[in-house]
Amino acid sequence: MTRAVVRYGSGVAAPTPNVDMSTSLSTFEMPSPILTASGCAASGRELDQFFDITKLGAIVTKSIMLEPRSGRPTPRIAETPSGMLNSIGLQGPGVESFIENDLAWLRERGARVIVSIAGGSTQEYEDIAKILRLQEGIDAIEVNISCPNVADRGQVFACRADSAAGVVASVRRSSDPSIPVFAKLSPDVTDLATIALACERAGADGLTLINTTLGMVIDTDTMRPALAGVTGGLSGPAIRPIAVRCIWQVREVLPDIPILGVGGVASGKDALELVLAGANAVSVGTSVFRDPSAPMRVHNDLATALAERGFARLSDAVSFAHREPEIDEEPIDDLDVPEWT
Amino acid sequence: MPLQTRGEVVSVRRAGAYSVLTVTAPGVPEATRPGHFAALAIGDPQTSSLLLRRAFSIHGVQSRGIYGGTIDLVVSDVGEGTHWLLQRRRGDAVDIVAPLGRPFALPREPVACTLVGGGYGSAPLFMLAEQLRERGCRVDIVLGAATDQRLFGVLEAKRSATTVTITTEDGSAGERGRVTDYLEKVMERAGAEVVYACGPMGMLAAVSEVAQSVGAYSQCAVEEAMACGIGVCMSCVVPVAGDDGVTRMLRSCVEGPVFRGDRVRWDDIGTIPADAVGAPAIAGGH
Repeated sequence: MTRAVVRYGSGVAAPTPNVDMSTSLSTFEMPSPILTASGCAASGRELDQFFDITKLGAIVTKSIMLEPRSGRPTPRIAETPSGMLNSIGLQGPGVESFIENDLAWLRERGARVIVSIAGGSTQEYEDIAKILRLQEGIDAIEVNISCPNVADRGQVFACRADSAAGVVASVRRSSDPSIPVFAKLSPDVTDLATIALACERAGADGLTLINTTLGMVIDTDTMRPALAGVTGGLSGPAIRPIAVRCIWQVREVLPDIPILGVGGVASGKDALELVLAGANAVSVGTSVFRDPSAPMRVHNDLATALAERGFARLSDAVSFAHREPEIDEEPIDDLDVPEWT
Repeated sequence: MPLQTRGEVVSVRRAGAYSVLTVTAPGVPEATRPGHFAALAIGDPQTSSLLLRRAFSIHGVQSRGIYGGTIDLVVSDVGEGTHWLLQRRRGDAVDIVAPLGRPFALPREPVACTLVGGGYGSAPLFMLAEQLRERGCRVDIVLGAATDQRLFGVLEAKRSATTVTITTEDGSAGERGRVTDYLEKVMERAGAEVVYACGPMGMLAAVSEVAQSVGAYSQCAVEEAMACGIGVCMSCVVPVAGDDGVTRMLRSCVEGPVFRGDRVRWDDIGTIPADAVGAPAIAGGH
């Protein structure tokens, strides 16, 4: 396959700084800490036209459901300041077609793969997990629990500790024990730490933080909601401070849990911010829409940003913002105290 | 295969209510077919709060000359993004991804073709007309708009077509009315077997209906809001029936923007038809 040439005057010749960028999410080891984000990269094929997707940590696929799904009516998107709303409604081909076409292609391409799964009931998540268990070439499962629970008046699984934990336990039980299961949490909760702890106790090997946050736009010309689905998930740089806050809060209560950070990363410094807050790896999502080669650019710029701060390894920067404040240890009597005569 | 390239603005010139933006895009002209589009990033990546690219059908290409390869895009100053683009001056940088989408299919035989453009939707039709004529096809063009300032490419149409019919809703230029009021007559006179159309959805639906009623084949380039333009975000879907008769929600950026007019379910745009693959029992999730 030929690849689109990214022609930029600068940035081509910049030498890669000598930083060890390898990382891991639980038992899944990756040469790069930069991944795609679910729903922002389809199954990698389109982005492979712009850069070599096998160089990334992994492709996180669009959430797959048991059956084909048409999604919601259009308009599905609305641009917002430094972000966008989406109400796609998880359009997808269903798990069987995904395995036959997308997963097969990813395997042949040699990409590392995190399969995102979604469902309308705990049973649906479990059924998908059991089908995926029979497949080779999956490095991890990400459970998108920002879906309405049909059995609970359409309440989103991610918003209640018990329903979130129920899905996670079920997927963990049904999946290949040798691959990690990550729960992707919603920031739209009163106390994220409670949900995170519940998922960890239910067997999540790690957490993806964060999914989009719910928003709404009203078109002032038509004076109606801009999206056919009325509300939508807000993503992009606008939500980066929310992602940083969520990663920080969860890292405080779960010092060792692997965290995949997601939310508004557009540059190497943005990725560094999430890493410093506690992310072991970082997904680049909505920024791909502005710059299809963003994931590779973020990888390179993150390496530079780490080198500039004296880090030899990415892993040394993970959670670095949580370190104890440096105390001025100079003894008081070393101060130049004037003598009174 | 799309290229991502940092282009330079060569010129921005007025054309009625619109502007034609010419930017360098090395390698793009050679790969461009009529109906392809380009997606341009808006603003400085460090400071711009506008995240989504703007998509424009490619109006023209020049593969040689002092600037190397350049492309022409027709821009209407309708919002912050297009306004920013039109503030660019010679030498300013613009990030371009192109060519994108599935272009117009060209007939193998030298059949008569009628090209219909609504407003600046006519932008890709002149390149198409040229290629059709190179294949020995007769080309007739129908251009319509609300008012004469909103017509685009009347002179170019006159250079590249056997006949040109102009319609405006207010009668300020050409015939008063809509393109479809005159389309059947134009097609009949030319013996047209194929219709190509680009413009607002309502016009495309009407053109497609006329084409079907006279037994002609139609190719319509749709306009649907896009976020990525490269096929990953699933924003720009339209309901389209396949060869198997089954309706699917197809991405207009990669499976379009050009679709067979008789396959698009025009009346169902903005909905999920109940018989579409995966139509919801329950919608939800994001």
